[in-house]
Amino acid sequence: MAVKTFAGVEIEVNDEGYFLKHENWNKEMAQEIAEEFDINLTDEHIKILSFLRSDFESKGSLPTMRRMKKVGGIPTKDLYRLFPDGPLKKACKIAGLTKPASCI
Amino acid sequence: MSEEKIKKISIVCSKGSLEGIYPALIMANGARMEGIEVSVFFTFFGMDAITKKKMHKIKVATVGNPAMGIPTIIGAIPGMSAMATKMMSSQMEALDIPPIPEFIEMIHDAGGKLYACLASVDMFKLKKEDFCDEVDDILTVGQFYEISAGAQIIFT
Repeated sequence: MAVKTFAGVEIEVNDEGYFLKHENWNKEMAQEIAEEFDINLTDEHIKILSFLRSDFESKGSLPTMRRMKKVGGIPTKDLYRLFPDGPLKKACKIAGLTKPASCI
Repeated sequence: MSEEKIKKISIVCSKGSLEGIYPALIMANGARMEGIEVSVFFTFFGMDAITKKKMHKIKVATVGNPAMGIPTIIGAIPGMSAMATKMMSSQMEALDIPPIPEFIEMIHDAGGKLYACLASVDMFKLKKEDFCDEVDDILTVGQFYEISAGAQIIFT
């Protein structure tokens, strides 16, 4: 466990930098986390982060890439374009969620 | 971890059964999700996964497959393979593992490259039009190795 400061708030994160409690997250923090990956958040990114968080909150588990497309209506190509080289891992981290543990 | 990360892989998919094709596709998709560059080379019956007429009809082998736990003589009964395939497909659906045609599209959309093997294409008398649109090219073994420069190669 470690502590990092995002948007002026101290946040508990795990060794890889994922939030321990997703409730602590807000959009200002998202931009700071995104900078780690050289990503500048746009409305397209925010839409994906919002779906990830709402789906996680309603289901209690992270969506798969397939669910992002089928339920979230987010094309796979867009995910890879917006969050290159590891879309789900990066998007989950920026959204203040845990690291994805699914193979799909 | 001080070891260098895997940056690029090439997967050879040589078998045309459900249990032969899925490992290749899951590994290919999983690699893209980790930001690893991926090429999948389909050869022999593995080409069924990308052949328009066959990709929707891939079945589990219930004969000659001791891990299934079905005696060969039972596995040979007409409809057994279809039934086992149906059962396995519904279990996979529950885990959000897509059917093969959707999986192929997903890997393509993820930036994975899909190739058919020229020797097999000639042997089965196939043409580029026989393959789904996601297939990038038909390659010789030599071209496959050229494309795989610097990659780890996995045979399934």
